[in-house]
Amino acid sequence: MDLLRFITAGSVDDGKSTLIGRLLYDTKNILADQMEAIERASKSRNVGEIDLALLTDGLRSEREQGITIDVAYKYFQTPKRKFISIDAPGHIQYTRNMVTGASNADLAIILVDARHGVVEQTRRHSLIASMLGIPHVIVAINKMDLVGNSEDAFLEIAKSYQELASKLLIKDLTIIPVSALNGDNIVDRSVNMPWYTGETLLSVLENVNVLKDQNLEDSRFSVQYVIRPQTEELHDYRGYAGRVQSGTFKKGDLIKVLPSEQESKIAKIEFGGNEIEEASVLESVTILLEDDIDISRGDMIVSLNNSPIVSQDIEALVCWMDDKKQLKPGNKYVLQHGTARSRCSIRDIEYQIDINSYEKLDEVESLKLNDVARIVLRTAQPIAYDAYQRNRSNGAAILIDETSNVTVGACMIE
Amino acid sequence: MSISVKEVSEISDQDAGRRTPDYLDQLEAEAIYIMREVAGQFERPALLFSGGKDSITLVRLAQKAFAPGKIPFPLVHVDTGHNFIEAINYRDELAQLTGAKLIVRYVEDTIKAKGLKEQTGKNASRNWLQTFTLLDTIEEFEFDACIGGARRDEEKARAKERIFSFRDEFGQWDPKRQRPELWNLFNGRIHKGENVRVFPISNWTELDVWAYLKREKIALPSIYFAHERELILRDGHLLANTPVIEKDENDQIVTRQVRFRTVGDMTCTAAVESSAATLDEVIAEITVSRISERGETRIDDQQTEAAMEDRKKGGYF
Ligand SMILES: Nc1nc2c(ncn2[C@@H]2O[C@H](COP(=O)(O)OP(=O)(O)O)[C@@H](O)[C@H]2O)c(=O)[nH]1
Ligand SMILES: [Mg+2]
Repeated sequence: MDLLRFITAGSVDDGKSTLIGRLLYDTKNILADQMEAIERASKSRNVGEIDLALLTDGLRSEREQGITIDVAYKYFQTPKRKFISIDAPGHIQYTRNMVTGASNADLAIILVDARHGVVEQTRRHSLIASMLGIPHVIVAINKMDLVGNSEDAFLEIAKSYQELASKLLIKDLTIIPVSALNGDNIVDRSVNMPWYTGETLLSVLENVNVLKDQNLEDSRFSVQYVIRPQTEELHDYRGYAGRVQSGTFKKGDLIKVLPSEQESKIAKIEFGGNEIEEASVLESVTILLEDDIDISRGDMIVSLNNSPIVSQDIEALVCWMDDKKQLKPGNKYVLQHGTARSRCSIRDIEYQIDINSYEKLDEVESLKLNDVARIVLRTAQPIAYDAYQRNRSNGAAILIDETSNVTVGACMIE
Repeated sequence: MSISVKEVSEISDQDAGRRTPDYLDQLEAEAIYIMREVAGQFERPALLFSGGKDSITLVRLAQKAFAPGKIPFPLVHVDTGHNFIEAINYRDELAQLTGAKLIVRYVEDTIKAKGLKEQTGKNASRNWLQTFTLLDTIEEFEFDACIGGARRDEEKARAKERIFSFRDEFGQWDPKRQRPELWNLFNGRIHKGENVRVFPISNWTELDVWAYLKREKIALPSIYFAHERELILRDGHLLANTPVIEKDENDQIVTRQVRFRTVGDMTCTAAVESSAATLDEVIAEITVSRISERGETRIDDQQTEAAMEDRKKGGYF
C-alpha cells in the first residue's frame, strides 16, 4: 500500500473542510470520541446538523472565526491507499500557507462553488498548483445541491475551467460534480446526479498513478551528513548520508561530485548499516565511494553522464512570503537548495505575474507578500540544479532572510 | 513479554534487499531524512526520550540514520518522578545498548530550586511543571534542536505544527507566525538562545507506529501489553494505583487485566482493559477500537477544547 498526499484548495466557504470531513466520515475514519467532540462543538455553536468542517479547524482563532488559517494535516486510509490530506486556507492573505501545503502534494483538489462558478480564487489556486508542478488536479464543483443538481450548470463551469486550464501546465485534470455536505460523488456515487458517469472523488484519489510522476532518469543525491564512526573496526569508514532526490544509484555506477566535478565510482550503498544493491528516488541511504575525495554537506552526487546545470546565475519563479519586508533588486538572502546554502543577491525582477489574470506585469520594483514573479539572482557559490518542471526536487529552493532567519521566498528554478 | 531491548540495537538483516516501496518505507525514509537534517544543520541537537513508543521509534530511526556510526546526539529525559518504573528501566537499558549518551533531569529538582508550587488534590499532575525542567535543560546544555515524537494525528493543535517548529528564546510556539515549510527544505537557522523542535514522525499515525515496531521487531516496555494490576477506578478511567496519586473515598481500588496505550505520567495516563499480550494482538485491538489514543488515555487534554494549543504556546513539547 502506498501513500498519496493531496491538498484541498478553493475560496473561503467553498466547502474544503466539509469535504475532508465527509471523506473521513464516509470512509469510516472518524473515531467515536472525535465524533462526539464535533457533535458537542456543533451544538454549542448552534449549527443545527453536525458540522464535519470542525474536524480540521484546529486552532482557537480558527474555530472562533470559523475559517481555516493554517495548513492542517489529516490522515486516513482505505483498503487501497494511505492518504495525507492537507487542508489549506483559501483566503488571499494566506496564499503562502497554500504554497506551503502545495509544495509536497501529489494531487490538488480545487473546489468551486457551483453557484459562483470559476472565480478569482479558482484562477489563483490553479496557477499555484500548476506553478508548483502538482501532477494531478481534481476540480470538484461543490454544492451541486444548491443548483438543483443541474447537468447544464456543471457543463458550463467545466467548460470555463478547461479554458482556464489551457493556459496552465496541468498534466492530469478531472472535473467532478459533488456535494460535500450530502456526500454526493465523494465516496458514493450520487443518486441525485445520474447524468454523471465519471469517477467519484475517492475513486480518483485511490487510483491516480503517482509512481509515474517520479523523475527516474536524472540521478541526484544531496549529501546531508558524513558518517565517520572513527572506531577501531570502522577506522576508514566514510559514508555519505542523504536521500535520493531523483533517479537511481547502483553499486559500480560512475559518478561525479558537484560543484567540485571530482569523479569516482560507487563502492557500496547501505541502508541502516546493511548493504543494498541500489537506491531509488526518495530512499534515505548511505553511499560509499571508491576514492577518498573531499565531500561535505551541501555537495551533490550525480551520475557521470547526466549532469544538472551548475551555475551561479539562476532564474526562477518566486512566491514572496514575507509580510514585513519586500523583495527588491539588490537585496541579499540565503538560498537553500537541497542541502546546499549560499548567499545570493537579487539581480532583477523580470516580470510579475498577476495571479488572477495571469498577465505579465513589467517594470515592477518590488514584491510584497503573496506576489509571484520571475526573478534573476546570483549566488556566491555555484548551485547544481535542474529545471523545476522537469525535476521538482532538484529545481526547488527557498530564500531565507539573513537577519530574521525566516523563510521568505519559494523558488521554482526555470 | 520481557523488557529486554536487545533487539532494538541490532538492526535486522531483513532490510537488505527490501525493495517494494510501501507507505512504511516512505515514512521511514522521510523520518531518516529529517534526523539527518538535524545532525547536519545544528550544533547541539538532542533527542527527547520519554520512554513511550513514539520516542522508542525515534531511537530506532536515529540508529538507522547514522549506522554504522552511533547516534550523534544525546537522549534527554525529563523525569517527572511520576513515570512508570518499567519505562525508566527500559530507558536505561536502551541507552546502554545503543551507546547513546543519556541525560536525565528531574522535575523534583526544578520544584526545589525554583520553589515552585505543585498542583495538589486528586487530579494533580506534573505535566505543566515539566515544561520548566525542559526549558532549563535546553538552556543548561545550549540545545539548539530537540527532536520529539509528536504526531500530527494525535491532536488538533499538533495537526497544524511544522516539522521544524521554531521556538523563541522563551520556548514559546506562535501558531500564527509559523515559518513556511516548503518541499523538504527545512530551515533550521536560528539566533542564539532560540531553538527548534523537530518532529520526524509528524506524518505517522498511531497504527503506523505500531506497524513499524512490529516490522522492526522492537521490544517494548511490558506495560504496553496486557498484565494484571491494581488500579484506581475514577470517573470511568483506570489509573495505576501508586502513592503519587492522591485518592479519596470516591475512588475504588480494583484489579484488572489491562495494558497502556500511551505511556506518560502515571497521574494522567489511563489503562485500557485488554487481553492483548503480543504486538499482533495489540494492533488488532487498536484497529477495531473506535476511540482515539488521546481520547482514551490522556486525561490532561480533555479539560478544555484548546488544552494542547495553550500548553504548546507556553513551551510544552
Ligand atoms: N448546501 C451545501 N452546503 C455546503 C456544501 N459543502 C459545504 N457546505 C457549507 O458551506 C459552508 C462552508 O463550508 P466549509 O467546509 O467550512 O468551507 P471552507 O471554508 O472551504 O473550509 C458550511 O456552512 C458548509 O456546511 C454542499 O455541498 N452543499
Ligand atoms: Mg475550512
